Order: sequence, then structure tokens, then C-alpha cells
Amino acid sequence: MVRVDGKGNSNSLIQVRGLDKKYRRGSEEIHVLQGLNLDVDKGDFVAFMGPSGSGKTTLLNLLGGLDVPTAGTVTVAGDEITHLSAGRLTEWRARHVGFVFQMYNLIPVLTAFQNVELPLLLTKLSKDQRRKHVETALGVVGLSDRMHHFPRQLSGGQEQRVGIARAIVADPTFLLCDEPTGDLDRKSADEVMSLLNTLVDEHGKTVLMVTHDPLAAERAHATLHMDKGVLREAQTADVPVGARR
Amino acid sequence: MKYRHLILRNLFRKKIRTTLTLGSFAVALFLFGLLAVVRGAFQQGVDVAAADRLTVINKVSIIQPIPLSYEDRIRQIRGVSLVTHQNWFGGVYQDPKNFFAQMAIEDDSFFQVYPEFIVPPDQMKSYLADQEGVIVGQKIAKRFGWKIGDRIPIKGTIFPGEWDFNIRGIYHGKRRQDDETQLWFHYKNLDQWVQTKAPTGYWKGMIGWYVVKIQNPDDAPRIAKEIDTMFSNSPWETKTEVEKAFANNFAKQAGNIGFLVTAIGTVVFFTLLLVTGNTMATAVRERTRELAVLKAVGFSDNFVLFLVFAESLVLAIIGGGLGLLLAKFMTLGGDPTGGMLGAFYLPTASLVFGIGLALLVGIASGFFPALSAMRLRVVDALRRV
Repeated sequence: MVRVDGKGNSNSLIQVRGLDKKYRRGSEEIHVLQGLNLDVDKGDFVAFMGPSGSGKTTLLNLLGGLDVPTAGTVTVAGDEITHLSAGRLTEWRARHVGFVFQMYNLIPVLTAFQNVELPLLLTKLSKDQRRKHVETALGVVGLSDRMHHFPRQLSGGQEQRVGIARAIVADPTFLLCDEPTGDLDRKSADEVMSLLNTLVDEHGKTVLMVTHDPLAAERAHATLHMDKGVLREAQTADVPVGARR
Repeated sequence: MKYRHLILRNLFRKKIRTTLTLGSFAVALFLFGLLAVVRGAFQQGVDVAAADRLTVINKVSIIQPIPLSYEDRIRQIRGVSLVTHQNWFGGVYQDPKNFFAQMAIEDDSFFQVYPEFIVPPDQMKSYLADQEGVIVGQKIAKRFGWKIGDRIPIKGTIFPGEWDFNIRGIYHGKRRQDDETQLWFHYKNLDQWVQTKAPTGYWKGMIGWYVVKIQNPDDAPRIAKEIDTMFSNSPWETKTEVEKAFANNFAKQAGNIGFLVTAIGTVVFFTLLLVTGNTMATAVRERTRELAVLKAVGFSDNFVLFLVFAESLVLAIIGGGLGLLLAKFMTLGGDPTGGMLGAFYLPTASLVFGIGLALLVGIASGFFPALSAMRLRVVDALRRV
């Protein structure tokens, strides 16, 4: 269940309270997020929509521990992350967050296998264990036969699927997807969205996604609209995800 | 190391640029190696100089003689254990280009003062028995293809005339850096020429310089002062120095090689620093998003710092190592002047120093790019396209 009124129960996987973010650009102060509240349960799939500059990506960055708020708190699985040091936040990200980017952001000189393996290099897994995890992740995204290909040898959709495999390989608490279909054609976008649905429905993943694409947002359990730093409304899916396709 | 492929793949993503940077390192270190060899060749005399030997020359110049009669008086000074004398002969073998040192020596004392030169006993016996006998260094023997028993003609310049010598011995040094390019012959041979063939009074009773072996190196300043005081206000005043200072002054006659080598080396390494620094800065700038992604997925700031430094150091080690190996290889053939330089090799100490320099340049050139990569804010970097 997704709520934006700040009245969610304390068992929510992600709990945001009074989140404020201000930037200073020269002498001008920009209030990007204004006292935002959010509750997301485990297994939810939430889409954030809204015009450019409304604060969607800023919210994603704060939820992913890439940025720190001006005020307010973000609590994930019981850990309040807003007061962690930069070093602790980095460690926290490695354990809890899987990022999926619009531009895929794969390392071009590494193969699909090596790109997916990256987050596992931070763990104490042996080489053999890492190999098994990577093969599993690539199997989930349907790219077992492309694991030794370099990004330039893959289509955009395949690159994004490698990006998703990289995001899930360390089994993070939740996935943050910043316009995952923004750079893809319709067919590839549908494939990626189907993959995200599979991760949520069959693997129990929690996914928070920023998108401009109404068709992509339709695949989520809930769509939240961000406008001028405020989450205006929550539209919770009342039909099974499969039926919304 | 599980990050090896990440470092190497990043390093070689721009093959031409990396190759050129590696080439810069290799050329710089190759040049460093050669300069170290040249410097070593000129410094050789200084390096092998003993602390317990003093050199006594004419105060005016080393080419001016001093009396043979000083020998006994020097020997009387407290702390002096041995005295020997030498004459620079300056002859020409076949062609003036075939330069090498030829000296008339006092047989009894010379080999006691210079124990680092080894002559096989049977050859020494043969040399002592032959008035026209000479002992030559193994490098000069190799250079001219001389062997024991050969008779070699040398045209005298300071002591004019045709001189014929018989090679009776070939010496070698105890240490690698010992000079093995000299020719020694009996002083009594030279003296006989002075007595019988020289113009009246020419070099009569005179020698080139003395080498004084002392019991305790700490006494060197006192003994040097006593020697020079003893002969002050005479027609042949002396200048006494410890052998190292003497050798150093001798080497400086060819110019301040050390300064030249240091100056050239500094310019080369500074240029290398700029080239490599620019390469690393460009490499980091091009990968801003990738570095940000690494940080986003959980790699620490320190890891990113390490990554950039590692690339810079790998460049330094591979490029520098290649350059030094090439320099080593080039010097394996020995002295390209055919024996004018007593020592011509790249010492291990210079190799180690060269690698140290390369690493230093690697660290210095990677410093600012690594720092900027470390300080990179993920949010800002991901926003850039």
C-alpha cells in the first residue's frame, strides 16, 4: 500500500517524513521538495510522474542515499539513512539499493557479465559464487546467451536489461529506476516493463520508478504525481498488474 | 586481484592515447637510464676512490711535474703508510682517437697502494722481469684484441719517440666499477729514457704525482696540510687532496656532467608529468558518469581514488620499466666509445631509482585527477551528459 499523507504504519519498507530539499543557484534558492511524506510497502511497484523539474529525480536520489535532504527523514527497512555519513551511506547503498538508469550507464569496456558482477566485487563472495550470482541475474533478464558481449554489441533494450541485472544481482532491498524506458523504442520499453513486473510479482522486489511514459506508469501498482515538490495524489492499482497491461 | 580487469580495461580503452603515454614514459626512462650510465662513466673515478689515499700534485697544475725527492720526505710524515708515484705518458697507439690512459708506475709500491687491481702472479713475475713489459686492463686488451706476449708500438708525445712495449700482464678490478682501461709500465723504463734520450734536464728527477696511502682516513686533512706546508715556498709547491676530491676535479675537466644530467633529467620528467597528468585528467573527465555509477552502486570514494591512482601507476610501471629495460639492453654491449669510458653500465641502484622516479611521476600525475574523481558528487555527475 502506497500513501502520501504521512499516516502509513511503521511496518512500511520505505517511510519518508517531512522531506525537504532546497538548492541554491547563485543568489536564488530553489525549493525542490516541500515537506514530502511517503510510505511504500515491501513488494510495491510505484511510479512517479510529473513535469520536468518537479523533483522526481531529486526524490529518487534522496531515497537512494545519493543526496541528503535539507530537512526530514528517510527510513528504509528500519534504518534511518538521512543522518548517515557519506561512507556509511555508500555501504548502505551497496546493500540495499539497486539503480536502473535511463542511459543504462554500463561500463563500455566491460562485458555484460563483468558489468553485472560489479556490485558483487564489494562483497566477500568467492569468484565462483560471484559467477553463479551473475549467471542467475542474467538468466532472470533473459540474457544468458549475451553475457560475454560488450555493451556496444547489444541493443538498447538488451543494455537496459543488463542494467537491471546489475541492479538485482546483489539482491537489494529495493530498486530505483530513473526513466528506465526513456531511451528505448516501444517494443523494448514493453520488454523492460514486463521484466520489472516479473521482478515485483515473481521475485517480490520493491520498485520505485520515475517515468514520463504513461504506458510505463500504467504497469506500476501505483502512480504518484509530483508537482512543484509536492506529491499531489496517489492512485493505487485496484486491479492485478497483469490486467493493467 | 578482483579489480585487475577493471583497471586494465579502463587503461586500454583508448589504445592510441595509452600507447603514446606509455611511450612517453619509456622514452623518458630510457633517457634517464642512458644519462645515468654517462654520469656513472664520468663519476667512476670518484666512486672507486679510496678514503685512505691522498693525491699530491703540483700546485700549478697536474700536468706540471714535482720532484722525485719528495717521496722520502712524505714517507716520514706521521700516519703515512705507503707512497707511490706515477707519470702520465700520453702516447698514441696507432691513431690519436685510440685514447687510453698510459702511466709509468713504481712497481714495488703501486700494487700495494692499489690492492683492488689484480694481476695473476705468473704474469706479474713476467712483467717484473721485462724492462719493456706492460700490464694492461682487460677492457683495453679486449678493445684492441691484445693478448699476452703481443708487442705494441706507442708513439710518445710528452716523451717523444717510438716506444715498443711487450704485454706481460692483463689486470682486472675487484669491483665492477674499477677502471680496466689503463696501461702501466715500469717507471725505470721511463727514467732510463729521461737519462739517455731526453733533452738536458727534461723531466730529470721529476714525476707526475704521488699517491699516498694513510693509516687512518680521519688523519687525511692533517697529513694533506703537512705535505703542502712541507713544500711551500719551494719551486714546486704541492696541492694534496683526498683521492675522491682529486677524481672529482679531474672529472669536472670535461664539464659538470652531474649538473647537466640532473638538468636534462628534471626537464624530461617535468614534461612527462605534464603529459601524463593531462592524459589522466582527460581519462577521468571522459568517465565522469561511469565513476559516478561505480559510486552509486556502492564503491567508496577511496576506491575511486585507488582506481585512478592504480591506472596512473600501472602506466608508470609498464612505460618506465620498458624504458629502463631498453636502456639496460643498450648498455649490455659495453662502452660505445671503444674504451674511453672506464665504466659503461646501468647499475642496479640506478634501475631502482628510475623505477622510483617513474612511480613518483605516476603518483604526481594521478593526484589531481584522482582527487577530483574521489570528490565527484554522484548526483552532479549523473546529471551531466
